Amino acid sequence: MTSLLNRERPSAFCPGCCHDKAVHALDKALQVMALPGNRVAIVSDIGCSGLFDTFFHTHALHGLHGRALTYATGLKMARPDLTVIAVMGDGGLGIGGAHVLSACRRNVDITLLVLNNFNYGMTGGQCSITTPESAQTASGFLNQLEMPMDICKVAEAAGAPYVARAMAHHKDLPDGMEKAMTYNGFAVLDIWGLCPGRYLKRNQLTLQQLEKEMAKQHQPGGIIPRNERPEYAGRYFQLAKDQKTAPAMRSVEVRFDTSFSGRREILLLGAAGQRINTAGELLCLAAITAGLHATQKNDYPITVLRGHSISEVVLSSAPIDYTGLQAPGAVLALSPEGVNRREKVFASLDSAALVIKTKGLGIPATAAKVVEVDFKGRAIQRADWALAGLAVLARMGLIITADMLTAAIECRFDRNPRERALAVAAGMAQAM
Amino acid sequence: MLLDFKTHEESIAMAISFMEGNEAIARAAVEAGCRFFAGYPITPATTIYQYMLKLLPPRGGVCLQGEDEIASIGFCLGASMAGMKAMTATSGPGISLYSEQISFAVGSEIPLVIVDVQRLGPSTGSATKGADGDIQFLRWGNSGGLPVIVLCPVDVRDCFVLTVLAFNLAEQFRCPVFIAANKEIAMTRESIDLEDLPLPEPVDRRYSPAGQLFMPFHVAADRQVPDFLPLGADRIVRQTSSTHGEDGYITLDGEHIRKSQERLKEKLAASVPAFTYYAADRVDDPRILVVVYGVTARSAKVAVRRLREQGEQVALLVLKTLWPVPEALIRYHLAGVKKVVVVEMNMGQYVREIERLAGAQKVTFFGQMNGELISPEQIAAAVMS
Repeated sequence: MTSLLNRERPSAFCPGCCHDKAVHALDKALQVMALPGNRVAIVSDIGCSGLFDTFFHTHALHGLHGRALTYATGLKMARPDLTVIAVMGDGGLGIGGAHVLSACRRNVDITLLVLNNFNYGMTGGQCSITTPESAQTASGFLNQLEMPMDICKVAEAAGAPYVARAMAHHKDLPDGMEKAMTYNGFAVLDIWGLCPGRYLKRNQLTLQQLEKEMAKQHQPGGIIPRNERPEYAGRYFQLAKDQKTAPAMRSVEVRFDTSFSGRREILLLGAAGQRINTAGELLCLAAITAGLHATQKNDYPITVLRGHSISEVVLSSAPIDYTGLQAPGAVLALSPEGVNRREKVFASLDSAALVIKTKGLGIPATAAKVVEVDFKGRAIQRADWALAGLAVLARMGLIITADMLTAAIECRFDRNPRERALAVAAGMAQAM
Repeated sequence: MLLDFKTHEESIAMAISFMEGNEAIARAAVEAGCRFFAGYPITPATTIYQYMLKLLPPRGGVCLQGEDEIASIGFCLGASMAGMKAMTATSGPGISLYSEQISFAVGSEIPLVIVDVQRLGPSTGSATKGADGDIQFLRWGNSGGLPVIVLCPVDVRDCFVLTVLAFNLAEQFRCPVFIAANKEIAMTRESIDLEDLPLPEPVDRRYSPAGQLFMPFHVAADRQVPDFLPLGADRIVRQTSSTHGEDGYITLDGEHIRKSQERLKEKLAASVPAFTYYAADRVDDPRILVVVYGVTARSAKVAVRRLREQGEQVALLVLKTLWPVPEALIRYHLAGVKKVVVVEMNMGQYVREIERLAGAQKVTFFGQMNGELISPEQIAAAVMS
């Protein structure tokens, strides 16, 4: 096959730079794989390694420091047929650490070539996450304080199914690259090399010494059997096609005459587990069956299984502009958690307002008419009190009718939950 | 383009839906052709991700959860460069993390829709309280300071319409387009007549005609935006976050750089009239103009109605395109009024733009950041003060 090197832009790294070896090794590997340039995408980011893509006649995406794997992941998910190669330096490895870990455990078929020269070459030779503690760097004494990170150990621990190490100057680098690229999954190749422009200016280091150093390290051999598993994109599309089609937007048939004219505000005050949110929705759906406009806002703490649960509902015969509550016409008070959260509202209610409260629940003084209902005594489960409260409203001929509530339940629920909700509403209506 | 409130008489319908703004945004995105979504869970934007997770996979689309916001938007940039229409959604803290990638999308002309469901800041602030605190941040939160498009919905209906428009603008101008939503719209359910939605036809980015040499950033003399080819096309495509020439390689040519920067600015700034979305409620000889956007527009509408009943000559302008500033529209509505009142759910952000355009006209501001909606009474009082 022909070379994919960019004839108009020959490699321009410093003389003796290990990155130049990596460029030529990748070209050889791509030739062996017989890939045309338009089937390959090289994704690079910042630092000397970021020049990499410009030396090839392939698709290229060059982005922000440490983020090469983010673009590569989106690209590969959108175009699984492309051979996607991410190139990062040891600098990018550090700043993009979260992406490296996630790429290892995600296992999208991307090859990550780490051009590891143990320092930030482009900005003057500062220490990186792979710099030895004993090295001299432009970071002064700071690298003495931090341990270098072994990317191979980290990648293995994070779940990469293919991890290998290579020397940039070795003649087996093209072979190592080819093996990594042909592996169907996330493959990491940690390529060690010398940075003559910066690192060697301050440190005595020969290729032989570097090879000896590598020999002392953990030696990953490519495929990591315990991490092997199906590749992400292939698995994603397999699982995705079996997902249930999302339900279409539910619409409510307008079938009743409007039950009132003007605006009504209803406040549902309860606790987690009382299905306050669902009751608020049912109230709105009931109103919609009569051609009314409706808005609903819910308020609950992040601990969804504990604490208050509040729903603010506005119903109106005209389109609703302001969605805040100003003068609630009805309050459903079902638990101390909800009442305490909105205790100020009770003093603001006028004599035309209605409070439906569960028996025994203390509420602040109010001018509103208070109706007490013994939900518990009627053997209604706590989770159904809010729904039962709506049935009380309907029975009293306020805001909604029993038919509207029935229609809302039929719209909102299927099968068993529907029968159950209808039974609660009907039981409450009869009991009144 | 007038995106006006419906009057009551027009809104009588037989089949009505009930949904929150986030669901409307997700469903509209799919209508607009979105086939890639990536996000990181954050209140109050999370449900957009949850809806997309239900909507996209069965259609063969991709929905991913990134390890963080930087990854999520990075995935979207990669997918958009592969030719997919992409969207991400977050709140203020996530916009902070998006920043470097937003600059990439601006400078390298990558189409993308970014939803910011604003919550009360600063910082982690209050996750479940609404605010419009990111309005200047969205405009200026990218390095280099080039313009972006920001659309701002008032209600669920706008969430639908503006999301489709956002995709169309992203495709047409090859740029990131923000939807500046607010918890108070995004997580408030509302009845909506879906049969009466004027959804625009989806627009696709213009592809480079076949058979030509492809220069990824070449712009024809009569155009403002380069033709697109996806990474993976038969012809080689280069994309770069670096300052680039037409060929997608780094350039040091000052004259070319100057022209490119001007084009990136002008392609949006000069086209604002084509995407000036708003609602206006005018009166003859208005004495006072109220300028609002987002959920606050709903309170302002009530306030203006009441003030008129009291005999006040008050006009209302609701901006749905916030950036670039629709200057011609604003100047038109400013003309002749004695006083301008700007009301925002923040400590005063867009009022700066109105003051700039108002010149000697008196501009007053009312704002609030306590997690609560500004009420019609507060606005009426601010107008009359």
